[in-house]
Amino acid sequence: MNELAIEAVDLVHSYGDHWVLDGIGLAVGRGTVFALLGPNGAGKTTIIRILATVIKADAGRARVAGFDVEGERHDVRKRISLTGQYAALDELQTGRENLVMMGRLRQLDRQTTRAQAAVLLERFDLAEAADRRVGTYSGGMRRRLDLAAGLVTNPEVVFLDEPTTGLDPRGRQEVWDVITGLSDAGTTILLTTQYLEEADRLAHRLAVINHGRIVAEGSADDLKQRVASKRLDLVLVDDTTYLAVAAELGRQVIHMHRPTSTLGVATNGAAPDVRAVLDRVDPSRDRIASFAVHTASLDDVFMTLTGHDLEPTNV
Amino acid sequence: MSDLALTRDVPTMVGRDLRMSVRNVDGFITAIALPVMLLLMFVYLFGGAINTGTTYVDYVVPGVLLVCAGFGAATTAMSVARDLESSIVDRFRSMDVRGESWLAGHVVASVARNLFSTVLVFAVAFAIGFRSHADALHWLVALAVLSAFVVALSFLAAAIGTLAMSSESANGMSFAISFLAYPSSAFVPLPTMPSWLQDFARNQPETLVIDAIRDLLNGTPAGSAVWIALLWSVGIALASIIVGGIFYRRRTAR
Repeated sequence: MNELAIEAVDLVHSYGDHWVLDGIGLAVGRGTVFALLGPNGAGKTTIIRILATVIKADAGRARVAGFDVEGERHDVRKRISLTGQYAALDELQTGRENLVMMGRLRQLDRQTTRAQAAVLLERFDLAEAADRRVGTYSGGMRRRLDLAAGLVTNPEVVFLDEPTTGLDPRGRQEVWDVITGLSDAGTTILLTTQYLEEADRLAHRLAVINHGRIVAEGSADDLKQRVASKRLDLVLVDDTTYLAVAAELGRQVIHMHRPTSTLGVATNGAAPDVRAVLDRVDPSRDRIASFAVHTASLDDVFMTLTGHDLEPTNV
Repeated sequence: MSDLALTRDVPTMVGRDLRMSVRNVDGFITAIALPVMLLLMFVYLFGGAINTGTTYVDYVVPGVLLVCAGFGAATTAMSVARDLESSIVDRFRSMDVRGESWLAGHVVASVARNLFSTVLVFAVAFAIGFRSHADALHWLVALAVLSAFVVALSFLAAAIGTLAMSSESANGMSFAISFLAYPSSAFVPLPTMPSWLQDFARNQPETLVIDAIRDLLNGTPAGSAVWIALLWSVGIALASIIVGGIFYRRRTAR
């Protein structure tokens, strides 16, 4: 048995003369969670759609659950589920009807389908709303049902495209719990996200993607060592000090905003580390007006990994 | 993908579309209220001014049925376009559901909605004085001609749904179908039209279908009109299947 659940080599894809994927390679171990981290338009959704057999790559090859995504796509489809960025549900059907429909389309018999739908509705805390139309559901409920719809058969590989985008903190936590539960049960998960925190929290390994290329790959810890999980923002007393400190820090600066005389540097957020930076930059205690510690954003990761700002593209 | 799965997926899809048809308020009004209003409007408002040589209600029923088929087509085109707009078609594809099953669901549901409207129109028509002089066989042939055309329009509507980029534009494009009944023999006899329009009206499929149904229901010989009407339906259906297939593949390839 192959221990890789997903294996992609040199995937290339373009829309017209716009290159969306420019040689993507991935190796995702069986039973692990892998995150594709990147801004809008980086190509994350295209990768998922190719691996889930919805579209074909222009070049390159990929195997999912041991089968080729083109030549053996029917075998792949039996073993995967895809939950896209926008809920793929019928608003005019109830939650239960949606799940039963998915079960029937998965060739389950009527009885198994109904039983499975009931189990999923219970597990996703939708039992009470089961017989209401999806049109009346909140965003979090829709997302949970959308996830459930991908699980009526127990897929080996689950693709989740931005599973928490647009959810409130409680909804996000619920989705995280579902993903952790699936992973504990041995399901391989490939998810996309724009949030470093989410990738860090859920994924065993992650790849940072920009402009259709992988700019960094590794475990969350590997990347965090290169990136630092927090950003220390220093607000300098005036513009002259700002420029002087910026010159002193050089490449350590991962964020700059001149109008507010703010410079950001990577930190692990621990008090000794923060204190050391403050002492180094401002030994005489007259250069820093105030400071703040932020969770590192995707921009910070990009700044550190690529040396330039994130450039969102519109695709 | 076995053929067994295909035969099982189509009923699932039909069930889905019918359930949603009944719950879609717009579509339901289109299927129920519009046909009845149209019939009453033509019989009581315009009918008195139109001389057809027969009772106007007897004249107008086939035309009303075809206008309704056009309205029904708009509902179908919109639901096909809506599915393509949302990501549900992606999910179906990743579940190995064939595009044919999905489209068949829409077409069968469309035909069912239309036949429901047809029954309703006949019921109201009889209530306000419609009388047929046809025997059972002629009735059957008339219904077959109508059904074939309804099936053809349903395929056409599904094709429009695959090529329209949004459900709104699908609705707009299908408007042309329901409009096609006006420059035809549906509501007024052709000789009352300007001659250039008569040439178009006489040869367009809706006139042929309407004339065939009208003659059959009147008990007058319909002759070759029946075959020509059926041929048109087959032609429209085949062309729509080809065009719809091309656009479905094009839409889902990206």
